[in-house]
Amino acid sequence: MKTEIICAGFGGQGVLTIGKFLAQAGMAEGKHVSWLPSYGPEMRGGTANVMTVVSGEPIASPIVSYPDVLIALNQPSLDKFGPSVRKDGVIIIDADMCPHGCKRDDVVKITAPMSSLAKEIGNIMVLNMVALGVLIGKTGLVKYETIEADLNKYMKAKNPDLLALNLSAIKKGMELAK
Amino acid sequence: MAKVLMKGNEAVAEAAIRAGCRLYFAYPITPQSELIEYMAKMMPTVNGCFLQAESEVAAINMVYGAGGAGKRVMTSSSSPGISLKQEGISYCAGAEIPCVIVNVQRGGPGLGDIQPGQADYFQAVKGGGHGDYQLIVLAPSSVQEFADMASDAFDLADKYRNPVLILADGMLGQMMEPVEFKPKKTDEEIAILGEQHNSWCICPNQDGDKKHHHEINSLEIDPLVLEKHVIKLYEKYAIVEKNEIRYEEYNVSDDNEVLCVSFGTASRIVKSAIDELKGKGKSVGLIRPITLWPYPYEQIKAAIGPKVKKVYVFELNMGQMVDDVKIAVNGKVPVDFFGKVGGIVFTPAEVEEKLEKCF
Repeated sequence: MKTEIICAGFGGQGVLTIGKFLAQAGMAEGKHVSWLPSYGPEMRGGTANVMTVVSGEPIASPIVSYPDVLIALNQPSLDKFGPSVRKDGVIIIDADMCPHGCKRDDVVKITAPMSSLAKEIGNIMVLNMVALGVLIGKTGLVKYETIEADLNKYMKAKNPDLLALNLSAIKKGMELAK
Repeated sequence: MAKVLMKGNEAVAEAAIRAGCRLYFAYPITPQSELIEYMAKMMPTVNGCFLQAESEVAAINMVYGAGGAGKRVMTSSSSPGISLKQEGISYCAGAEIPCVIVNVQRGGPGLGDIQPGQADYFQAVKGGGHGDYQLIVLAPSSVQEFADMASDAFDLADKYRNPVLILADGMLGQMMEPVEFKPKKTDEEIAILGEQHNSWCICPNQDGDKKHHHEINSLEIDPLVLEKHVIKLYEKYAIVEKNEIRYEEYNVSDDNEVLCVSFGTASRIVKSAIDELKGKGKSVGLIRPITLWPYPYEQIKAAIGPKVKKVYVFELNMGQMVDDVKIAVNGKVPVDFFGKVGGIVFTPAEVEEKLEKCF
């Protein structure tokens, strides 16, 4: 079983980090993973994307032609990658940043005002964690507990407040996926 | 040791340190900057020497000096920076300096761009610098292999007293994959590795004995002496060709109707296309040269099955490896080529489409 994911948005929205947590969690659960970022002068305001593959088998191409899952955190990303999502795939859309939505009706679409929800949780910066929560809630690709353990490792000592924010953002996302 | 998720650039740096590299000289350039950053951070923790040189030319000449002292030394850069190093690389080959050079290739020619490419194939395997010489060239296709090649490269460099080039690309440098490292060499082990070069390298002459007086030089003003030296180098290269050819076969069988040849990250995209076609009942094989020099000519020839109609070369350049494949195929079947340049990477779907047309 192989799942190919593209996360895309403006630089600074944390799309690369979504892929990193997925890859890290997939690896912790004993799967093969690859994480391939777009790179270059893509600072805040530019566009950024990451192709993540989580698979039971060794991964051939880290380049994804037809993703199973797309997280689109802005309209240009949705327009660019939306058409290539596999039939019956999943598209996760931040409604705040994608005013025109996506015309596909042969995929599962989860559209929510994720930027607003992140602000409600306490910080716009956890937007990416809301999206990550939607992804794992919808696909069950990796377990919440695995990601929680990983976040604990990075943040518990250094920044416990941020840890709590991130975890509630992921949980909020998982609720949206129901 | 547990697996860790790491970028190719960082993984090869960590693996080099574990393999006993304590001297690293380089100048920053995208997309290999994480490599130099990792070395800057880690070398001081192992009593090694990290030095950001004033230029690529300076860096390779520092490598010449350190390698001439018999120490495991590395430099790295990306395409335009590797071009700047060519004079020094030729000197290292001429003076038989063991050293490791990493090229995380980007789009060219000229300054090009910072996206991945494989257009330094000719430079790596056909020369690059002046004079009759060869580098041993290794082409990794995964982060794990990139890391493993660091210690392989040092072993080969030591064994043959020759520069070894690891030819990666921006994609491999930037992507993260799980990697498992080999155990770290102890200071004693590193010292023993250095001692194997005592018969020729520059080393302390503690007892004042003249027999320890060694010179490292690539200048031979007497043509007869130089001729002899070059012939000796080529006798060494013949041994490398006999012993060190490495390659991978993927889905190679008598049912193959097409045989692909592709190296580095490009080969992984070809593998995905082969898997897709397998699901459609179409049999395609792949030979992935792991050593680009010495090149697996005989192995490619032997992999051409009875039903193969075409050998298809896939590269991220304008077809620089095609001549080598043609030498291997030797007119047996037609050789075709598909490539992308300018930092564009072909997708599995594009490769699949090309291959599907062969059936």
